[in-house]
Amino acid sequence: MANNELSNGSLKGYAQLLQSKQISSLELTQAFLQRIKQYNPCINAYIALDEDKTLAQARAADARIAAGSAAPLTGIPIAQKDIFCAEGWPTTCGSKMLANFVAPYDAHVISQFNAAGAVNLGKTNMDEFAMGSSNETSYFGGVKNPWSYDRVPGGSSGGSAAAVAARLCAAATGTDTGGSIRQPASLCGFTGLKPTYGVVSRFGMIAFASSLDQAGPMAKSAEDCALMMNVMAGFDERDSTSLDRAKEDYCRDLAKPLAGLKIGLPKEFFAEGLSAEVGQVIENAIAEYKKLGAEIVNISLPNTGLSIPVYYVLAPAEASSNLSRYDGVRYGHRAAEYTDLMDMYCKSRAEGFGAEVKRRILIGTYVLSAGYYDAYYLKAQQIRRLIAQDFVEAFKQCDVIMGPAAPSTAFKAGEKVDDPVAMYLQDIYTISTNLAGLPGMSVPAGFAPSQDGPALPVGLQIIGNYFDEARMLNVAHQYQQVTDWHTLAPNLPEGKA
Amino acid sequence: MALSIEDIKKVAHLARIEINENDANATLNKLSGILALIEQMQAVDTSGIVPMSHAQDLSQRLRDDVVSKTNLRDEFQKNAPILGNGSQELAVAGGLYLVPKVIE
Repeated sequence: MANNELSNGSLKGYAQLLQSKQISSLELTQAFLQRIKQYNPCINAYIALDEDKTLAQARAADARIAAGSAAPLTGIPIAQKDIFCAEGWPTTCGSKMLANFVAPYDAHVISQFNAAGAVNLGKTNMDEFAMGSSNETSYFGGVKNPWSYDRVPGGSSGGSAAAVAARLCAAATGTDTGGSIRQPASLCGFTGLKPTYGVVSRFGMIAFASSLDQAGPMAKSAEDCALMMNVMAGFDERDSTSLDRAKEDYCRDLAKPLAGLKIGLPKEFFAEGLSAEVGQVIENAIAEYKKLGAEIVNISLPNTGLSIPVYYVLAPAEASSNLSRYDGVRYGHRAAEYTDLMDMYCKSRAEGFGAEVKRRILIGTYVLSAGYYDAYYLKAQQIRRLIAQDFVEAFKQCDVIMGPAAPSTAFKAGEKVDDPVAMYLQDIYTISTNLAGLPGMSVPAGFAPSQDGPALPVGLQIIGNYFDEARMLNVAHQYQQVTDWHTLAPNLPEGKA
Repeated sequence: MALSIEDIKKVAHLARIEINENDANATLNKLSGILALIEQMQAVDTSGIVPMSHAQDLSQRLRDDVVSKTNLRDEFQKNAPILGNGSQELAVAGGLYLVPKVIE
């Protein structure tokens, strides 16, 4: 298809093509569906497709464009992480537990895209209940990294990540509880943003750790992320933690020059554990920012190392509580054979959850159980405050914080799957912002050589102060005006599944 | 603190997850590794620090006590699980969900 170039377009570019009638939404959508047919059997980024529903939305978008009432994303095909309920669509959260669940209503994020006239291309693969950093815990199988098929795309938003990187969608949604947008964005080489906690409604988004979960855009560029944020963000009374703030235009500051910007570099983000090759790419990116007029400030986030232990108390504790709803009574998997109610619960949950989800439920149950609450849960909440205070101090000295988004490039499938602690360390640079509730981004910053394969993408992380998304998008956008890493797409081999 | 196989079985019961002897042993191994990671917290002096339970200091929003949702029972019941124990029917009857008898 001649759409190799088309699939590489920007959201603004698609909108211009659509509104000037050079292409219809139906044609654009069919072009992406064609690419999905060609590459998805191998990559496994999508786990639910419904051509009739998708094309019906595209036709409706064309009617809206013809009527002259198009919004910026009207007619543009978007991939939705399978954590979002979308009415009439299978919504599985990557789990056998929900393998037969068809959502009876729309998540707030989905209804926002529908109202904008965007087209839902399909539901994307993910780690089961968003618990994982490689997409390998999905009941529906792993996802291939489009840059190197023997490697993982990262996780938990691995399907959305591979779909964006392989140009199997115009843009995608993800969610980030401990790094699930930023780490896959780094490993697959695109732009991803986790907003400030409370900016995007969690209504209809299947819960993992409710005090940390936040949805955000996964797209080619900062400008695309800004356009996605304009649709996704906003107050929703159905989410009790949704923040009642005035609507923002996230594109408003994109063009601002960066002269005088103060960039904080936390020494803890460049210490032991960071691959030397990744560190070099990050240094090169910082050098580029200096050329743009930014000033570098050396800072410290002394409690960074504690973010992983704290997270692996708080997230499993919240998960064990959230996932207690899956009992085989009203929806979800029920065991085929059982004796009494207790047996039905225990068998249904043993069969419906995968190994990593069970581990986290057990850890969460343990740290919340009688006698251990103070030593684990309360202690973790106290250290969470120390971690958040580190950032308050840091932002007195700088405007944004930069560092790597992940400690290494994409690793090989199977490499860490049997070692949960090694897998957890993938999120060492991302988790602290979730704990603090701060916004974070990953921006393509170059490629690092690998010992036994092609060079692989590296993401620069940008952390902003609360509600500073527009400034972070500006900081990323200006970098993308002088670099072309975000425009590079992998040459997809015609590999079979 | 070292975990025992009895701890695993007790926690699995509390979490309502059936676990056999083999799985319990494998789980003990993995969970011990994760708990060792968590133990790093104990080196930190946290006396006097107010626990942070949430990313934002929010107070609960209140709303007027008015009907805000429509009844979607029929829609929701389409997602009912298969009854099991030999039946392939959905575990629903007369708008209710079917579970094993709990009161003698």
